[in-house]
Amino acid sequence: MRTVTSETIENAVFELAAKACLRLIPSCEAALQRAAQAETEPSARFALETVLENAKIAEKEKMAVCQDTGYSVILAEIGQDVHIEGKLLSDAVNDGVRRAYEDFRFRKSICDPLTRENTADNTPAALHTEIVAGDQISLTFLPKGFGSENMSRMYMLTPAKGKAGILDAIVETVKLAGSKPCPPVYVGVGIGGTFDTCAFLAKKALTREIGSQNPREDVAEIERTALERINALGIGAQGFGGKTTALGVSCEIAPTHIAGLPVAVNIQCHCVRCEKTVL
Amino acid sequence: MKQIHLPLTDEIIGELTAGESVLLSGSIITGRDCAHKRIAEYLDRGETPPFSFRGETIYYAGPCPAPEGKACGSCGPTTSARMDSYAPRLLDLGLKGMIGKGERSEEVQEAIVRNHAVYFAAIGGAGALYGNAIKESELVAFPDLLSEAVYRFRIENFPCVVAIDCRGGNIYKR
Repeated sequence: MRTVTSETIENAVFELAAKACLRLIPSCEAALQRAAQAETEPSARFALETVLENAKIAEKEKMAVCQDTGYSVILAEIGQDVHIEGKLLSDAVNDGVRRAYEDFRFRKSICDPLTRENTADNTPAALHTEIVAGDQISLTFLPKGFGSENMSRMYMLTPAKGKAGILDAIVETVKLAGSKPCPPVYVGVGIGGTFDTCAFLAKKALTREIGSQNPREDVAEIERTALERINALGIGAQGFGGKTTALGVSCEIAPTHIAGLPVAVNIQCHCVRCEKTVL
Repeated sequence: MKQIHLPLTDEIIGELTAGESVLLSGSIITGRDCAHKRIAEYLDRGETPPFSFRGETIYYAGPCPAPEGKACGSCGPTTSARMDSYAPRLLDLGLKGMIGKGERSEEVQEAIVRNHAVYFAAIGGAGALYGNAIKESELVAFPDLLSEAVYRFRIENFPCVVAIDCRGGNIYKR
């Protein structure tokens, strides 16, 4: 049994939050550069060049890449041979978030859904824990902007819909989102599971590098085909038209019930921010 | 790129065409979801909101707090469509310009044409770049709304694309 203190976890969350909000993941920046070079539509090219310039300014001046520093989503994979000493895990995570958002002057965006009163410290974080083998803790921090979160959709398809239905659901979600979620988007898709675990798979898919492939060939084929069909929509950067409507599609899959085919489509804007560490 | 000095005049608005890139400089106010809701409540009660919209340009944005030595933190546009249910009413009260991101409803487009107004698209996700283009910031109303409060900004060389012009030209419908 290995001991990890809650202070170690809190400090790790603090550092991940700080780093994540200040930069794009490298695979996102590379994909944006490729899109800008390929773009022939002038307004879309202007938009892509502006966001690339923005990423440079953010890194140089230590400013948030996007003012929507998001809902703090944290995926914690906890080895079952780890003992956490000190505070409750969720308290350690929330304390790390609170400190990072205050110290780095990130926007606090979490509020009561009915009164709309802001919690003023960006907590609570959305903490997902999974117990895994081993004696380590893997932490992933995803500051999730809500302009894109709002455009996400859940489909409870019938098994008869099959792969074609899955592809239609993914493409329809991006089409309905149009210019609203800050395209070019990154599309996270959950296939299978239950209503709730399917949505989580879609979120988890967004923690993968852009351009990575699902190890299952039939799933990777859905990723490739969906991306082609999305980029044929012509929505383009910021909805100004053009070649690149999505930077990538990542699908995660899990067994489901004989009666169903859940598909969750989680939209991420072009500002893909995600940092990981292992304790 | 065309330089536009705010406040907007009818003449400036008349010369703007959907699809052209512009650099905005001058005075704007901010407002997003909660501020719009409050303004609507004032109007519903038959009261005057704490500031006027006449001739103004509103920026749909909620900034990060200002770091030391800057007027504002990161401050890119938010999705304009969430303000669609409020915008026609404000345009009818004299609002002349809106800055945000993404498409608008038919009702907003009609109100833009009816009131000889304009909708600019700022580039979503470019918060740091826009934060640097904000040179002065002053609280106008609703401080309890934190980042959703109404601020007045003085901006310089703030890059935008004309998204809906006063004739109904629309970059999202090309």
